[in-house]
Parts: sequence; structure tokens; C-alpha cells
Amino acid sequence: MSTSPQNAYPSAVPVGRRTGVRANVFYGKPASSVTTFPGRPVSEVVVPKVALDAISLSYKTTSGERLLALDNISLEVKPGEFLCIVGPSGCGKSTLLHLIAGLQPQTSGKVLVDGAPVSGPGTDRILIFQELGLFPWLTVGGNVEFGMKMKNVHKAEREEKVQYYLRLVHLLKFRDSYIHQLSGGMRQRVALARALATEPDVLLMDEPFAALDAQTRDLLHDELERLWAETGRTIIFVTHNVREAVRLGDRVALMTFRPGRVKQEFSVNLPRPRHIEHTDVARTARNILDCLRDEINKSLEEEYADEKAR
Amino acid sequence: MKKLAKQIIFYSALLGVWALLAKLRIWPPYLFPPPWGVGHALWDGFADHSFWIGIAVTMKRMLIGYSLSVVLGMILGLAVSSNKFLEETLGGLLVSLQSLPSICWIPLAVLWFGLTEKAILFVVLMGSLLSVTIAMEDGRKQMPKIYGMAGRNLGASGFRLFWFVLLPASLPFVVNGMKQGWAFAWRSLIQAEMIFLSLGLGQLLMMGRDLSDMSQVMAVMILIVILGYMVDGLIFRTMERRLQEKYGLMPA
Repeated sequence: MSTSPQNAYPSAVPVGRRTGVRANVFYGKPASSVTTFPGRPVSEVVVPKVALDAISLSYKTTSGERLLALDNISLEVKPGEFLCIVGPSGCGKSTLLHLIAGLQPQTSGKVLVDGAPVSGPGTDRILIFQELGLFPWLTVGGNVEFGMKMKNVHKAEREEKVQYYLRLVHLLKFRDSYIHQLSGGMRQRVALARALATEPDVLLMDEPFAALDAQTRDLLHDELERLWAETGRTIIFVTHNVREAVRLGDRVALMTFRPGRVKQEFSVNLPRPRHIEHTDVARTARNILDCLRDEINKSLEEEYADEKAR
Repeated sequence: MKKLAKQIIFYSALLGVWALLAKLRIWPPYLFPPPWGVGHALWDGFADHSFWIGIAVTMKRMLIGYSLSVVLGMILGLAVSSNKFLEETLGGLLVSLQSLPSICWIPLAVLWFGLTEKAILFVVLMGSLLSVTIAMEDGRKQMPKIYGMAGRNLGASGFRLFWFVLLPASLPFVVNGMKQGWAFAWRSLIQAEMIFLSLGLGQLLMMGRDLSDMSQVMAVMILIVILGYMVDGLIFRTMERRLQEKYGLMPA
């Protein structure tokens, strides 16, 4: 029998800050949450991993008017934190992730990672797209290897890490399969392994589980929580599902509809591992949902108004 | 198996009707040769090596001309698809030029290059360059944008983004245009050879006409069909199917 993922790399030390299996030391850099001075509380020392400083984005529509998509958004994400962003569809939450990933420039404001402004894509921030964007011409292994290849990681090391990360998402057997041969949930896990293999400090996830059935989604929630605990990555997770946000996040930021603003932030102080059907999760979600409802109504009204105008 | 049986029956029937019509002598044999006459011409052609030489010369021109047009077409297509100015100017010109039958380039080619190999290659190039260019341009546009974004996200940029992401991502959309380019090149080449009379299958066809040898004319026509079908049906279609399977565009 093969060893469990944690034991495969003896440098992974369980610390038990959030769950019993949290490992601070991982491939490469240690998670920055451990770079504290003895005797000082974490919050005083830590520079935010990701900071959005008054981000705005506007663009010209086809009819020529300027549309304000994101309006003066400021957010801070601590190292190792799991932040969920919820909002009605069309509120610009996906766009926000694109900005953090550096795939698109903002109109004004700054995206800071470790205090330094972002000016383009970088492998310290990997985005898992809603449509995944897995490469169909590569095998599962080839997909996971891709980011490392672009970083000029040595062949032997790539081999080893592909194995490691595929085992982590329980897909080692499918290493030589092509993407179209896999189920939706498996593709999802390939995307996760591909992102993790690039060893980003920050993982950006754009409604990654929206298209899955409930059972698969629940399983992947458990796995994502485990991976997060094991790897100590910072995660920014966008979803329209409030329960999912409460199930996963340390904190939930609620966005408004057009222009996108951060309406309110909620800390989720429920013990982990959580379950999406748990009453505490449901209750917390209801609080947030009440707040979100106005925004959903606004977005629906606008849609109907568009229809009437036609 | 069933399909093969149907095909055998169909082609036998076709040959039968042909033989019957020839036997009835409605037209004189020098205008309407029987199948065995054409078979004989084929045999003779291969026996005295003239057909072998014709095939070799034609295929060599094809390979050179087509390779050239694929390389140039890809560069041109990429340039047009990645530059707004070029797309709005050169792009339109390319589409309008495609309506020009490639045989129309022959007078120009002859005046520029004389009755030379270069002139033939020029005609072949002009025949297929445009369809390869347009295919590449369309391929780049049809290709889902997500692949480019995912590639950049994972740290690819510049040439490596093109080579490892954009090129493979656009392949299934480009291969159809490459096939079309081949078909255009093939037609242009035979046309050019018929006028230039410098070896090749086109010349063998014209030689048949000059000698009033209808059997040879038909034998060469059959050769051209078989060669064209072999490349299109076997090489390109297999390539296309494999790509579609691998990319999951079609049930494997």
C-alpha cells in the first residue's frame, strides 16, 4: 500500500491550528502564517497576502455608454485565510478574480500581493476558472505538469510532483487519460491539482463547483478543505451559493449588484470540518442571505426591465 | 463489411455499363475507349515509367508548394488574427482574392518567371496560401478564449504561449482549412501543368489529347482522382478524426 499524502513528504508537520492535519511546511516556501516572532500574536505581524486597494473597473458597452462594473472595492486577505465572495450573478465577482490574477487591468486602484502591486499574471496566484480551461490535447499528467514546465522546473522534480499532486486528489490512476474521458468531478480535481502543482501562494477559485451535482460537490468541499488545511494556501473562492460560502470560508464578503461593491463582511466562526447541511451553517447562511436578497432582487428587476424594453 | 460489399457491387456495375456501352459501339473507340483499353493504357504507362515519373514530379511540386503555403499561411493568418489593423485591411483583401480562381495567376506567373518550375510553384502557392491563411485566422478566432487565459495564468507567455497553448488549441479548427488548402493546391498544380507542359500528370493528360489517345487521357484522369483521394481521404481524414477524438469533440 502507498503511504498517505502527508507521510509522503516528511517535512509536512501537523500543527493543528484549524484542523488536526494542518501542515505549515510544504513544498518550497513555508506558509507565511508561521513567520511570526515568538510571543507575538499573528495578527500584528502579518502583511495581508492579498490586498485590494480601492479597485474600480469600468468599460464601454456596445451602445457607447460607460458602465461601472466594480466600484471602489477594498478587501484584505490574510495569509492562509479562506475568503469566500458571494453576490448575485453579474455583480463582477468573477471579474474581480481576473484582476487579482492579473489577466485584466483595473481602471483604478491597486491589487497588492505581499504588499507589492500586481502588474500581470504570475504563478504565485493561480486561478481555477469556472469552465476550468483544462487543455484537451494534454493528458491529465500533462495538464498538471504544465505550470511547472513554464516555470522551468527540472524534469525529475516535475515527475515527482505530478505524482504527488495527483495522489493528493486521488487521480493517480488517471494520469495518462485525456480530459474528455473524465467525469465532471474528476475534471474539477484535475484543475485543482494543476493549480496546486504550480505551488501558488494564493488560489483563486471562480464558482468551481457550480456545474456539479450535489453529492460530488459535497465530496469536493471536503477535499478542498483538507487540501487547504494540508497546504496552507490562501484561498479566495467566488460563489453565488451562500451555504457553500459558509461551509468553506473563514470569512464571507458580500458583493452588491451593479456597480459591484463590498456590501458587508461576515466572519464565520464555526468549527471545522463543517457540513453543508448542518443547522449552524444553515443559520449563518440565512443571515447572509437576508442581506443578499435585496441585491438579487435588484439584479432580477434589471433583467426583467431589459426584457420589457425589448 | 456491408459498406465494402455495396461499394464492390456499385463499381462492378459501373464498369459493366461502361463495357456494355463500349461494346455497342455507339461512339467510335478512339472517342469512347472500353475499360480494358484504359486498363491497357495504365499498364503501358507504368511499364514505360512515364506514369511513375509523372507522379513523382507532380508530388514533389505538390509537397514543396504546399509546405511553403502552410508555413506562410500560418504566419500570415496569425498576423492577421492578432492585429486589428491588419485584420481590417489585409484580412478583407485576402478574402476577396480568394474568389480569384488560381488559374488566373498563370499569365502573371508566366510573365514574371517564364515557363519555369518557379512559375508552377507560384501558381500552387497562390492556390492554397489564401485558404490556409483564412483557416488559421478563423481557427484563432474560433478557439475558446479560455485556453489562452489559462495558459497565461499558468505562466506561459510569448512564443511559449503560442507553441504550447494557442497552436494546439486551434489545431482542430485549422486542420479543416489545411485540408481545403491541399485540395486547392492539387487543382492549381494540375491546371498549371496542363499549360506549362513540363513533365507531371497534367502534361501526360495533354499529351493524350495531342495524340488523340483517349485511353491515356482517361487513365491519367483516374490516376489524378486516386492520388487526390488517397491524400484527402486517408491522410487528412485520419488526422482530423484522431484530433477530434483526442480533443473530445466527437465520441471516441
